[in-house]
Amino acid sequence: MTEQATGAHPQPRPRSGGQSAPEHVTGAQSLIRSLEEVGADTVFGIPGGTILPAYDPLMDSTKVRHVLVRHEQGAGHAATGYAQATGKVGVCMATSGPGATNLVTPIADANLDSVPLVAITGQVVSSSIGTDAFQEADIVGITMPITKHSFLVTKAEDIPKVIAQAFHIASTGRPGPVLVDIPKDILQRKTTFSWPPVMDLPGYRPVTKPHAKQIREAAKLITAAQRPVLYVGGGVLKARATAELKVLAELTQAPVTTTLMALGAFPDSHPLHVGMPGMHGAVTAVTALQKADLIVALGARFDDRVTGKLDSFAPHAKIVHADIDPAEIGKNRAADVPIVGDAREVIADLVQAVQKEHDEGNRGDYTAWWKDLTRWRETYPLGYDQPDDGSLSPQQVIERIGQLAPEGTIFAAGVGQHQMWAAHFVEYDKPATWLNSGGAGTMGYAVPAAMGAQAGMPDRTVWAIDGDGCFQMTNQELTTCALNNIPIKVAVINNGALGMVRQWQTLFYNQRYSNTVLHSGPDDVNPDARGTRVPDFVKLSEAMGCYAIRCEDPADLDKVIEEANSVNDRPVVVDFIVHEDAMVWPMVAAGTSNDEIMAARDVRPDFGDNEDD
Amino acid sequence: MSKHTLSVLVENTPGVLARITALFSRRGFNIDSLAVGVTEHPDISRITIVVSVEDFPLEQVTKQLNKLVNVLKIVELEPTQAVQRELVLVKVRSDNETRSQIVEIVQLFRAKTVDVSPEAVTIEATGSGDKLSAMLRMLEPYGIKELVQSGTIAIGRGARSITDRSLRALDRSA
Repeated sequence: MTEQATGAHPQPRPRSGGQSAPEHVTGAQSLIRSLEEVGADTVFGIPGGTILPAYDPLMDSTKVRHVLVRHEQGAGHAATGYAQATGKVGVCMATSGPGATNLVTPIADANLDSVPLVAITGQVVSSSIGTDAFQEADIVGITMPITKHSFLVTKAEDIPKVIAQAFHIASTGRPGPVLVDIPKDILQRKTTFSWPPVMDLPGYRPVTKPHAKQIREAAKLITAAQRPVLYVGGGVLKARATAELKVLAELTQAPVTTTLMALGAFPDSHPLHVGMPGMHGAVTAVTALQKADLIVALGARFDDRVTGKLDSFAPHAKIVHADIDPAEIGKNRAADVPIVGDAREVIADLVQAVQKEHDEGNRGDYTAWWKDLTRWRETYPLGYDQPDDGSLSPQQVIERIGQLAPEGTIFAAGVGQHQMWAAHFVEYDKPATWLNSGGAGTMGYAVPAAMGAQAGMPDRTVWAIDGDGCFQMTNQELTTCALNNIPIKVAVINNGALGMVRQWQTLFYNQRYSNTVLHSGPDDVNPDARGTRVPDFVKLSEAMGCYAIRCEDPADLDKVIEEANSVNDRPVVVDFIVHEDAMVWPMVAAGTSNDEIMAARDVRPDFGDNEDD
Repeated sequence: MSKHTLSVLVENTPGVLARITALFSRRGFNIDSLAVGVTEHPDISRITIVVSVEDFPLEQVTKQLNKLVNVLKIVELEPTQAVQRELVLVKVRSDNETRSQIVEIVQLFRAKTVDVSPEAVTIEATGSGDKLSAMLRMLEPYGIKELVQSGTIAIGRGARSITDRSLRALDRSA
């Protein structure tokens, strides 16, 4: 008989000490009091019929700030941006039916990127559930596969317990989204409120403390390896383990690669950093993983965008895989040493275990490895060409925004070419300074996520690096920013096209640009529209209360960025008109092996193993 | 592909079964049979799931199931160390000529006749899947008018109980 109990740790309770005396309240008041008690200081949302009762006591709360967004999707991404920037649980609120279904995309996004999110939705009155009532949607059912957990509240007295549990589940273990669906009559019902409630989660006990034997095994492999790589994922940021990671890297002298979700977990500027891995990763990082004899995966999940064709990924490497989610270990790549635990505890324990190996005279010699790595790094650095026609290079725009940004600036990207360039050409040296939609690849993430980050970190500069395609999906939240004193800055990297899709059409579809041109309609429908600037992003942004500038000439670039950085009393939008043919390199074509990485178009790096050379 | 029998202890709350079946369909795992009922503790339900998967995906199944907040415990029951039972109710065509032959088959398989009418006999039988299919093969020639089968339920042999520890966990959180 094989047994698997769901963890063995006693579950934490919200607070020690006795409960407060019960107060007579409504369900709605109980909800707002609970949010105050769990420390939710900011909620993004839009009221509507069924959630309306909750908005009445919310108006009087001095502890919970509500930001009225323009679309529920914006509320969801704002909450995840807030969560990623602050390390706290993000909260969004919507009404039943379409309000709730508009949260589906950000919930799915939070699920794939393990972001702590609590989504509170109104539901039709209990007696109408299941009758296809007005604005009824089975949001618990709809979001079941994309939430960590969900609750349908059936009793008003359960509200404090459910909210406490929702925040606990969202923020502990592998973080993720939790949905709380509350029927309108439950919000209106009379009940009592006392805090803290007793949590009742017998099946939820995440394992955080790693197994000592596995740690020793891992340390032995690290010191015995000749070509190790520390493969660092977003879990290291979530566990706030960046200080420990630096110690481990410097102790072992192993190269570090940080995934798209982990940028900032290890300083880009550090000599041990070899870049980002994956489909658009740095040649050195991708190749280091391919040639490694040991991969130490820390809070990473061997995502297909990192591994490329899985059966040819890192063929010579033994795998140490540490993750707080046991289901990730062995899911895509079998692990030689599986370690279940919180990244911070895992890395701290690894430091001690490696130190002990060193003390016993077992130290890895990576000299030859670093010779290879250095050669690749020098031969195939990240780079780009300036356009021949004197137009703006999108890479340069993003690079200069990064270089001119004030200390501690937070960057949020949309999804596509600009996202990859923002990953490559902005230097991230601190945790929680890079927000993006890595797993879901949600276009339109940048503006609302930047809004959430700015609301949570009012003293920081927040730059959204967006594409013109993404920007047209969620830019309405600029109105929210303008009206709520959330002065984000947005760089629209405007190439007039869905750039990443266009790049694939250039490379794999014989330059047939089917439906990727944004600055005009189909030629046969409206030939006069070609090359027009519809919409005019400057006018559009001004209409939403933003300070807006356009930049087309490379000579103006720094001046425009400085100008944008100097305006801090309202949101700023800069429409950077960039060259449309710029492409993201390096690239591993989808479905191929990482060995086939192209450093640039038609440039396959020479690792001394090219048979046709 | 090999068959595995999983006993899954879950909190007896609404929506748990939906979460479990949704997980199987989303991750592309097929359920051969599923049976659910309450245990000796009214707050705990026990779901017996038979899946046809190789060992590696089975590990993913149990790990993903374990992540569900309402799942308390998962035990794989090895066929040699567990008692596994299914229940069938089957309505067989019969007349004065065949009735006694059918009743003989019923006795051979230690099944029960639970209803008799001039044209049919209804039989209740429990046992392992193999035994029940053997019985159905014998009944087939007479004409099976209607057949209903339960999912497999299973319990480990010996004194040990898989619910003990989960009960303690439940008490602790109460």
